[in-house]
Amino acid sequence: MGSRVATIEHLPRAKTPRTFFRRLRAGDHIAWAITALAAAAVLAITLLLVWELYSSSALARTKFGWSFLIGRTWDPVAGEFGALPFLYGTVVTSALALAMAVPLGVGAAIFLAELAPPRISDGLTFIVELLAAVPSVIYGLLGIFVLAPLMRRAGAPYGVGIMTAAVVLAIMILPFIVSISREALLSVPREQREAALALGATRWEATWQVVVPYARLGIFGSVFLALARALGETMAVTMVIGNTPQIGASLLEPGYSIAAVIANEFTEAVEDLHLSALIELGLVLFGLTLVLNALARLLIVMTKRKGAEQ
Amino acid sequence: MTRRKITNAVMFGLTGLCALLTISVLFFILGYLVYYGGRSLSWDFFTQLPAPPNEPGGGMANAIVGTGKLLLLTALIGVPIGFAAGVYLAEFGGRTFSSIVRYTADLLNGVPSIVIGIVAYALVVVPMKRFSLLAGAVALSIIVIPITIRTTEQFLRAVPHSLREAALALGARKWQTVATVVIPAAFRGVLTGTILGMARVAGETAPLLFTSFSNQFWNRGLDEPAATLPVMIFNYAISPYEEWRRQAWAAALVLLTLMLAANLAARLVLSPRGARHG
Amino acid sequence: MVDNLEIVREARPHAAAGPKLVVSGLNFYYGDKQVLHDISLAIPPNQITALIGPSGCGKSTFLRTLNRMHETIRNTRAEGQVLLDGEDIMAMDVVQLRRRVGMVFQRSNPFPKSIFDNVAYGLRVNGWMRKRPLAEAVEHSLRRAALWDEVKDLLHESAYKLSGGQQQRLCIARALAVDPEVLLLDEPCSALDPIATAKIEELMFSLKETCTLVIVTHNMQQAARVAEHTGFFLHGKLIEFNRTEVIFKRPRCKETEDYITGRFG
Repeated sequence: MGSRVATIEHLPRAKTPRTFFRRLRAGDHIAWAITALAAAAVLAITLLLVWELYSSSALARTKFGWSFLIGRTWDPVAGEFGALPFLYGTVVTSALALAMAVPLGVGAAIFLAELAPPRISDGLTFIVELLAAVPSVIYGLLGIFVLAPLMRRAGAPYGVGIMTAAVVLAIMILPFIVSISREALLSVPREQREAALALGATRWEATWQVVVPYARLGIFGSVFLALARALGETMAVTMVIGNTPQIGASLLEPGYSIAAVIANEFTEAVEDLHLSALIELGLVLFGLTLVLNALARLLIVMTKRKGAEQ
Repeated sequence: MTRRKITNAVMFGLTGLCALLTISVLFFILGYLVYYGGRSLSWDFFTQLPAPPNEPGGGMANAIVGTGKLLLLTALIGVPIGFAAGVYLAEFGGRTFSSIVRYTADLLNGVPSIVIGIVAYALVVVPMKRFSLLAGAVALSIIVIPITIRTTEQFLRAVPHSLREAALALGARKWQTVATVVIPAAFRGVLTGTILGMARVAGETAPLLFTSFSNQFWNRGLDEPAATLPVMIFNYAISPYEEWRRQAWAAALVLLTLMLAANLAARLVLSPRGARHG
Repeated sequence: MVDNLEIVREARPHAAAGPKLVVSGLNFYYGDKQVLHDISLAIPPNQITALIGPSGCGKSTFLRTLNRMHETIRNTRAEGQVLLDGEDIMAMDVVQLRRRVGMVFQRSNPFPKSIFDNVAYGLRVNGWMRKRPLAEAVEHSLRRAALWDEVKDLLHESAYKLSGGQQQRLCIARALAVDPEVLLLDEPCSALDPIATAKIEELMFSLKETCTLVIVTHNMQQAARVAEHTGFFLHGKLIEFNRTEVIFKRPRCKETEDYITGRFG
C-alpha cells in the first residue's frame, strides 16, 4: 500500500522561504515566554510582598514575640509597642459594620434578585456597583463633615470614634454584600423556587425557606469578602476613628485601627523599631485578610458547584 | 392564610426598603459633593498651585496633573503585565502553573492597599532614598495587575472556541490566532475591564501616602514626590484651615466625577453587556 | 472490509494519481475512552467522499484527525498513520498541513471582521501583505465560493451582516483562499435551509476540479446526491466504504443496510 502511494507526484506548490516559517514558528515560543514571564511576575510580586513584610518586621518580632499581639501600650517614644488597641479597633469596627450592613445588604439583594423586574434590578444593581467605585477617601470626607457632627449629637463625645468608623464602614461594604449576595441568589435553580411555590408557599416563604438557605454559602462568601475589605480599609477609618490607641469603655469613644496607625505613623517613624512594629502590624493585617479571603472564595466556589450539580 | 399573605407583603416591603436605602446612599453622596464641592470649585482650582494655609485662593492644578501622570505610569507598568499574564492563563497556560497563578492573583487582589503601600515603600522608596511618583505607580500597578488579569482571562475565555478553530484550520499559528482573532474579539471587554480597574486605583489613597507622598509644587520627574487628588483630599480634609477643607470638597467632587464618568463610559457606552462583537 | 484501494482504481481507471489521503490503522482516544477503532481507508483525489453514520459514531472525530484539528482539544490522542500524498501528516508541521487540508465547520464561524478581512485572513497569516495580490485572491476565492456577486459591494461590512447560508459560503471562501488541496466539511449544511444547502452542494461540485472534498453529513440524501464514495461509520468503526451507489443500492453489510433503510436509531 505504502509503496504505491509513495510514487504519487503532486503539483509543486509555491514554497515560502524556510526562514520566514521558522520565524513564525518561533512566534509561538516567544508569545509563550512573554506571557509566562508576566504570569510568573505575579508570583514573584506576591512572594516579595510576603518576604518583605516578614523580614522587615524581624526587629519587632524578635523583641516582643507573641506578646506584641496582647500588649496594650503603644509608645513610640519609650520604644514600647503593643498591638492590642489596634486589633481591638479593627475587629470591633468591622464586626459592628457587618452587623449593620449584612441585614440591610441581604435584604436589598433579596429584593433585587427575587422581587424586582429584571430591568429595574439591573439598573439598581448598576447604581450599587457605582457605589462600590466611590473612593474611600470620599467616604472619609463625608464621615468627618456629615456623620461626625451627627454622632456628636447622638452622644459621642468627640463625634469621631469606633461607632462612627463602623457606620462609615457599613456603608462602604454594603455594595459588596448586595452585589455578591444577589448573584448567589440568582444562581439558585428555578426549579427550587417553583417546587416550593407549587406546594402552596407564598413567594416570601419560597424565598426565605428555600432560596436563601440554598444560596447561604454564597451569601456567607459575600460577608467574608466584605469583612476582609472592612479590616483592610484605611482612609475612611483613619479620618473618623479618632486615632487614639486605647480600648475605650464605650463604643462611642475614639479608638484606632491597624490600617489607620500605619497610615498615620509610617512616614513619621524615625526609629527602626517603630517602623518594624508598624510593618509587623501590616503582616498581621495581611494574615487576617488572607484567611478571610480564602474562606470567602471557598464558600463562593462551593455554592457555584452546588448550583452546577442541579 | 391572610396572615401569611401579610407576612409576604411586609417582608418584601422591607427588602424593598433595604434596596432603597442602599441606593439612596449614592444620591446622598452625590448631593453633598455637588452642594459643598460645587460652591468651592472655581477656575483657579484647575489652574493654580495650592496656596499657603489661611491664604485665600489657590488650586490643585499640580494634583490633577499628578494623578494623571500617576495613572499613565500605572497603565504603562501594571496593565501590560496583567494583560500578558491574563493571556497566558486563557491561552497558553498549563494546568498546574495556571491555577497557582490564578490563586495568587486572587490573593493579591485581597491584600489591603495600605499593605501594598508598605511593600512599594520597601521596594522603591528605600533604595531611592526618597518618595517618588515612580513608587506610587509601582504601588498602584501591584493593585491593578490582578484586576487586569481577571478581566483579561474572563473575556478571552468568552471568545467562542469555533473562532480559534477557524483560524487554526486556516494555518494560523497559535500566537497568530491569539493576536489576530481572539484578542480583537475580546478587545472591548478587556478595555472595559481595564478602564474600570484604572478607575478603581485612581481613587486609591492609602498606598500613596508613603510612596508618591505629596507635594505643594509641580512634580518635575519620576523620582520626585507628587501631589495627587486623593492624597490632597485627605490632607486638606483633616487640616484645621477652613479654606483647605473647602478645597477638599472641590477635589472630591472632581475625583468622583471622573470616576463616575469612567464607570459610565465603560459600562454603558463602550460595552453594555461585556464582550460583544459585530 | 472491502479493499478500498481496489475501489478507488475501479472508480477512476484513467486517473493518473492514486489516493489523495490514505488512512491506515487509525485509533483515537478521548482520555481513556477509545472513540475510533482501527480505521483504514483511502480517499480518491478530485472527488467528493461522504462519511455518514448516526450521531456519536465518530465520523466528525475522524474528519478532524485528517488535519489534526483534534490537537486543539486537550486529552486527545490519535494513533495510526495518515498519509497525504504519501507524506505522514503526523510528522508534518501542523500549520503547513492545515494550509493544505482546509476545513469548514458545522456552524459557520466567520471572524468578527469585515468580509474582506475574513477571506484574506488565511493569506495574511501566511505572510501575504501586498494589497493588490491580496485583493485579487479575495475576489478569486469569493468567486469560487459563488459569493462574489452577492457581496462585492459589501466587502468592508461586517461578516455578521450576511445570512446563515452566505456566512457558511464565506467560510468556504475563506478556506479556499489559501488554496487547499483537500477541503474537509463537517456537516456544513446542518444549520441551513434547503435553498442554501442546494447552493453549497452546487459549489462542492464546482470545487472538485481543484480540490479533494471530504464531507461529514447526517443527511443520507445529501451523501447520495453529492458523493462519489461513501463511508458508513458505526460505534467508532468504519463498517463499509464503497462507491456511493453501491452503499445505497446494494450494501454488503447488514448494519449499513439497516441504517440506510432507516431501521436504525
